[in-house]
Amino acid sequence: MSASTAVLKSEARLFSREPGSLFWIIAFPSVLLAILGLIPTFRTADPSLDGLRVIDLYVPIVVLLAIVMAGVQAMPPVLTGYRELGILRRMSTTPVRPVSLLTAQIVLHGAAAVCSAVIAMAVGRLVYGVTLPGQLFGYALALVLAALAALAAGATIAALSRTTKISTAIGSAVLFPSMFTLGVWLPVQAMPDALQRVVLLTPFGAASQALNEAAAGDWPSWSHLGVTALWIVVLVGAAARWFRWE
Amino acid sequence: MAIIEVNGLRKAYGGRPAVDGVSFAVEEGEIFGILGPNGAGKTTTVECVEGLRVPDSGTVTVAGLHPVSDHAQLTRILGAQLQESDLQAKLTVREALELYSAFYPKPADWGSLAERLGLTDRLTARFGKLSGGQKQRLFIALALIGNPRIVVLDELTTGLDPRARRDTWKLIEDVRASGVTVLLVTHFMEEAQHLCDRVAVINAGRVAALDTPAGLISRTASSTVIAFTPSRPLDDADLAALPAATSVELKDDRVVVNGTDATVNAVIALLARRQITAERLRVTDATLDDAFLDLTTDNGATPSEPVAHRAADLTEQEA
Repeated sequence: MSASTAVLKSEARLFSREPGSLFWIIAFPSVLLAILGLIPTFRTADPSLDGLRVIDLYVPIVVLLAIVMAGVQAMPPVLTGYRELGILRRMSTTPVRPVSLLTAQIVLHGAAAVCSAVIAMAVGRLVYGVTLPGQLFGYALALVLAALAALAAGATIAALSRTTKISTAIGSAVLFPSMFTLGVWLPVQAMPDALQRVVLLTPFGAASQALNEAAAGDWPSWSHLGVTALWIVVLVGAAARWFRWE
Repeated sequence: MAIIEVNGLRKAYGGRPAVDGVSFAVEEGEIFGILGPNGAGKTTTVECVEGLRVPDSGTVTVAGLHPVSDHAQLTRILGAQLQESDLQAKLTVREALELYSAFYPKPADWGSLAERLGLTDRLTARFGKLSGGQKQRLFIALALIGNPRIVVLDELTTGLDPRARRDTWKLIEDVRASGVTVLLVTHFMEEAQHLCDRVAVINAGRVAALDTPAGLISRTASSTVIAFTPSRPLDDADLAALPAATSVELKDDRVVVNGTDATVNAVIALLARRQITAERLRVTDATLDDAFLDLTTDNGATPSEPVAHRAADLTEQEA
């Protein structure tokens, strides 16, 4: 077994021992979807939403919620803690580079987010009869871009925070506006025009709209995908620029 | 041949020098101690040896490798136990040992290492649940797990109870017996005296002395202490005439003389001559503690100044 595989395996085992992270990333989005679907009016077609039901709009929203929970809320304190506790430092005295530890965590949080997205879509389909995305490949692309943006945002938060406490605080501070822009309280399609124009410039607002387009069977517009992609570049750059190994 | 060579090492943090011109060489197979008060620059020095810090100036060579630019190669032959470095709280002892074994091409058998360090019954315990001493023993195991040629131990026995400390010393001696070079940072004199072949005393970022523990002790102003209660008072003049005595104190009716072996003989001769019996006569060797305090304590009102001068003198002599 190669050293990086051993690190990934070990980190996966540790990840499975974090019930808090597992709940917020994997269970919470689907639970939220299930609860929203209990509201009868959310299950009736609404002419003002092009004949869609509210629950149809909420599947992409909880999918993004899973991604944001993983990247912005759960991951930054882990990465900061690894630096703060000297775990990265200890690893840098071994033949394995400490970056493999960070990579393992990023991969695992990304994987958990994608699993959660799939579960949420399954719940939507099986429980509330939400049709699967018409443009599956475009949907997957938007999903991957959103996940990368969330992980990059999380890495930037970890880079900027000196302690685990600070990164938890910044993570929560970033989480709420992210939840707003991706449409948890008000789906992006239902937002007033002026607000929508601004939200579509944010990474998750744009991703949300891209997912909606793909869900409806269209190829997501390049401008939305482009906004999210640009955020990825900026956030990865920021994380790389400010990350400190100790 | 020296396996670790440090020459004119300097490292400052925010303009304050932490290490200010440290030089020493560690021979292959020896246990070399770095001793010094808190904040003397010991940890910074070994961190430069481990390649965790880049020196401002000076050179460090470990087995012919440059610790920073040849870091990947260095990590295969150098094991390190760091100060203030934890593991993931939910990682168990066994998982940590297995994980770190997987990092090395030819790891030591972690099972026997765990046994030697008394960790066998804690293998399923999570790191966060371990006591301070158990954590420390796990760190020592991780430093040795790659079968290193050189092992750097920073504050080896901090947090260990006396029994565990003795066991750890024995382990380190065995490790050395198998040909491994040990660089040991400590502020615990007994440990240095017990384990080290040679010791560098670092004070205020400089090497204040470098010698065997015995050499350091004999170098102190008062390497032997003679204490006794004379059956009748001694003449001040007689006491003042004692050879090589650095101090004579009278506490109540007890006389305490600091000096050397020559002083001991002179005291005995004096007592015989005056036909005085010495009650509760004690002759004790100074310990490394005394030597350490001598080398690192500042005399006089200006702190650091006299020490800095003396340290500079010593470094010149050594160079």
